[in-house]
Amino acid sequence: MVSQSLPHAGEFGREGARGVLWLERAHEWVVTVDHKKIGLMYIAYSLVFLAVGGVEAMLMRIQLAVPDAHFVSPEVFNELFTMHGTTMIFFVVMPLLFGFANYLVPLMIGARDMAFPRLNAFSFWMTAFGGLLLYFSFIGGSGLYGAGSAPDVGWWAYAPLTAKAFSRGHSTDYWTLALLVSGVGSIGTAVNLVTTVLSARCRGMTLGKMPLLAWLNLVMGGMVLGAISPLTAAQVMLCVDRYLGGHFFDTQAGGSAVIWMHFFWVFGHPEVYILVIPAFAFASEIIPVFSRKAIFGYPVMVAATVGIAFVSFSVWAHHMFSVGMPSYGNAFFVFSSMLVGVPTGIKIFNWLGTMWGGKIIFSTPMLFCIAFLFQFLIGGLTGIMLAAAPFDWQLNDSYFVVAHFHYIIVGAILFTIFAAFYYWYPKFTGRMMSETLGKWHFWLFVIGFHLTFDFMHIPGILGMPRRVYTYMPDRGWGELNMIVTIGAFVQTVAVLIFVVNLIRSYFVGQIAGNDPWDAWTLEWATTSPPPPYNFAELPTVRSRRPLWDIKHPEDPDWKYE
Amino acid sequence: MSAISTTVPTPEPPWTLPSRGKTGMFCLIFAESAIFTIFVVAYIFYLGKSLTGPTPAEILRLPIFDTICLLSSSLTIHAAVSALRRGNSKMFLLWWGFTLALGLKFIEGTASDWHEMIYREGFSIKTNLFGTTYYSLVGLHASHVIVGLLGLSLVFLLALAGKVKTQHADRCEVFSLYWHFVDAVWVVVFTVVYVIGR
Amino acid sequence: MFRSLIPLLASPGATLAGFQPFPPHIFSPASTPAEQIYHLSIMVLIVCAVIFAVVGGLLTYSVIKFRRRSNDDRREPAQVYGSTQIELAWTVIPLLIVVVLFLTTARVIHGIQDAPEPAGAINVTVIGHQYWWEFRYPQYGVVTANELWVPVSDSNQPTPTFMTLLSADVGHSFWVPELAGKTHLIPNQVNHMWIDPQRTGVFLGQCNLYCGVQHAHMLLRVDVATRADFDRWIREQQMPAVEDPAVAAGRQVFETTACVNCHTIRGTIANGRFGPDLTHFMSRETIGAGVLPNTPENLRLWVQDPEAVKPGCLMPSMNMTPQQLTELVSYLESLR
Repeated sequence: MVSQSLPHAGEFGREGARGVLWLERAHEWVVTVDHKKIGLMYIAYSLVFLAVGGVEAMLMRIQLAVPDAHFVSPEVFNELFTMHGTTMIFFVVMPLLFGFANYLVPLMIGARDMAFPRLNAFSFWMTAFGGLLLYFSFIGGSGLYGAGSAPDVGWWAYAPLTAKAFSRGHSTDYWTLALLVSGVGSIGTAVNLVTTVLSARCRGMTLGKMPLLAWLNLVMGGMVLGAISPLTAAQVMLCVDRYLGGHFFDTQAGGSAVIWMHFFWVFGHPEVYILVIPAFAFASEIIPVFSRKAIFGYPVMVAATVGIAFVSFSVWAHHMFSVGMPSYGNAFFVFSSMLVGVPTGIKIFNWLGTMWGGKIIFSTPMLFCIAFLFQFLIGGLTGIMLAAAPFDWQLNDSYFVVAHFHYIIVGAILFTIFAAFYYWYPKFTGRMMSETLGKWHFWLFVIGFHLTFDFMHIPGILGMPRRVYTYMPDRGWGELNMIVTIGAFVQTVAVLIFVVNLIRSYFVGQIAGNDPWDAWTLEWATTSPPPPYNFAELPTVRSRRPLWDIKHPEDPDWKYE
Repeated sequence: MSAISTTVPTPEPPWTLPSRGKTGMFCLIFAESAIFTIFVVAYIFYLGKSLTGPTPAEILRLPIFDTICLLSSSLTIHAAVSALRRGNSKMFLLWWGFTLALGLKFIEGTASDWHEMIYREGFSIKTNLFGTTYYSLVGLHASHVIVGLLGLSLVFLLALAGKVKTQHADRCEVFSLYWHFVDAVWVVVFTVVYVIGR
Repeated sequence: MFRSLIPLLASPGATLAGFQPFPPHIFSPASTPAEQIYHLSIMVLIVCAVIFAVVGGLLTYSVIKFRRRSNDDRREPAQVYGSTQIELAWTVIPLLIVVVLFLTTARVIHGIQDAPEPAGAINVTVIGHQYWWEFRYPQYGVVTANELWVPVSDSNQPTPTFMTLLSADVGHSFWVPELAGKTHLIPNQVNHMWIDPQRTGVFLGQCNLYCGVQHAHMLLRVDVATRADFDRWIREQQMPAVEDPAVAAGRQVFETTACVNCHTIRGTIANGRFGPDLTHFMSRETIGAGVLPNTPENLRLWVQDPEAVKPGCLMPSMNMTPQQLTELVSYLESLR
């Protein structure tokens, strides 16, 4: 970790060393092309925005805790839900997943770095800048209602609400441009991930011998290339409408509002699989280690993931069941949406099969994965319910749907991300996180999560729409909303414990060593943290679990694969 | 300490993986194709739906010569890369320069067509749905041609300075993939806009 | 809060009889589309509940049975890499479930979306605005706002209401859970839906597609009346505005202020289309699409400064003097 061009701190003696050391270190991070540092920057960036998005959520929950509240104005509330969604998806979950992928994929395939290190850095900085641009909107201009120009059109930015006629300020422009910029970053990272996995594997690691994390990030990368592009295209069209007088979505000139919906959801649906597939990757690495068994059914896991990727591009209009498509159109999307549940369900069974007959260890990473399994099952089932279009005609755009997708994004994705933190933190820093704090984090978060998102299904059933800044007392939604808000506070406390754990463990955590979990993939074969060049000698592998082969020379995997 | 090797010594078979330049470029092409697909879908969707203004049949002239130029440039760039592989720097420079010239002619043709339509006939991106989708789609393609021309020019200047050698043939080939992609998109755009749409 | 859960367990029979102490919800259908959705939902819920019980049960079992014991010898368990039969089984069974669910769902979709319009149907054109609802009855020449009156429909001689959905500005969505699923109102597109309420009463809903700053205050009130009451309401709505000489001063204020540019009062010079038709304004229970109950005090507050009551609504304050305001409110109060 020593920069070659700047003087080494030791040369200046103790007094001058501190100032030069900080400058040197900051410079190192800004110019780095090392996948590990870039990965950590992605992760740190996301954690900051997780806090920001969380604050936005808390403000909304306080406003909605009681009927007819005046905690925030409608203008501010509409900015809050737009920014919360946009932030969490594009500047928290995606960068977190890119960060972990960046750090882990080259290590797990036995490479020295990603295929295109400079593109890697460029992609990170584009994403980072996009987030800053999005948040600059709060102070950039007074906007239409004097509440700043932060986007307030919903994270889907439906037309023609986003047309100049209906959104006269710059809020839509900040949304569009911030996402165009970060979209370039996402595509760059995807190109890097796909190329790295295809072109940089170590000797002996055929595609059939890659860790599942590598496979799933390969699939995710391919999906990003296919899904972010339609969003980019639609946003360019929106800019043409707003700035060059175009009519793509101009209903007054014969344009179609529905075609924005189609373009957006062709991005939007695969996007949620882009978010969940790396979550599956974490579960697929962690569950085997803490069950002490190989993953059950590796080839089918790969096939199911590829199947999900392809089918997920054919389900998008289940977000549009109420738009007025003809009955056969609706029926097609019912079928494809239910079909995608099959490979998804298969994965749950395979994880179950992995635990079956194993010796399950309830360390914090595994606790989060077990909760993930239950919660993903429930979230997937409410998804199947919503795939039944008539049911969706009732519950679409209600709090039932909000509960459903938070069940997946928080209950499945964020839970596995937490698992990933506890599992790989020792590799990133050389120290273990505290198990005690980890268990407090886990249990409090589970309680808060269920308080909020279990009960959130009910207001939807009772008719409460989403994106409303308040509701009348006589609708009967008040008590439920209060419970949802209380759960949010509990989750906040849990996340604060997590942050304390992250920071504290860096300084006083138990030293981890190379392989604290007795795991089997290549990242555990090098030091914690790894040296900049990852491996002194690039490895050669013969099976999916190279370290298992070394630890069990009498019973290596390559005999059975 | 991170050396890992198999316990059973085997003769080392060759370990070949796809070239990262080509793989990366194919990824980029895949993403760009998705973007173009959306614009093509929008173009086709809005055919016949304009409330006013000129229709494609009324105002579009077939850019036959420009198309021939652009499509031939795929052949010339292929010839250039082959020449470089054989070590023939002079022929490389010639064919590469020819590619650049053909690309420039294409852009000049588009620009003059547009100048005619916008300033003489008053048909712009604002005029109607056809105007919006036409200028956006053809403009998106033209912007990709321009990026290609910038790359072509950069390599051309480097070649003039004598810096482009046989060992750079792979990189030039990766770039040529992009150029072929741009040509392939034009085939689609031409068919949709000038053949089907009219 | 638990009171809200009980209706989910109640039988549909009780709710159709009109007993409704709990907040309305999607499982208390009062109209055929909602009822068909209800039956489909119960079926899908049962299937999902069974899947949850089986898979969740297996997960729970495995987490308990296969946990590492404290006296464990730390030897690795048998490594099982897969099983073709098991994997085939748990692929085929879900596929079959999907096929069954799909076929059932497709039938309900067809039944609702492709239902033919019978002869006795009432036609209403619904036009969504920021932030209010316009209802036009082309068969009767009636135009009103925010409160939709329809006759109750008898299954022997059905008189459903078939609605054409349009939008004047951005996207909106019509959702009254007890009557039907939601359908969007999209500018430059014509959508259709239908309801056939089986019992009288007031059914509430609200706009369900984010349409701007006051999306939360676009209440829908569907008044389902007996046929006799509905016909009476239609007759009343068809008459031109009441002309009460006692409030002539207020009418003068109305006609000379910009009110006439946005609002229509049939029988006067006011024929604006941008805001709600006020001809029979007093026949409505709420002001501003549900933001305030329709009382004289609230009406005064509303007319004086709509922005203060419903910030972001598109009705400007006309900055009238208190005298003008009193006269105008009296006039509006006369529009029964």
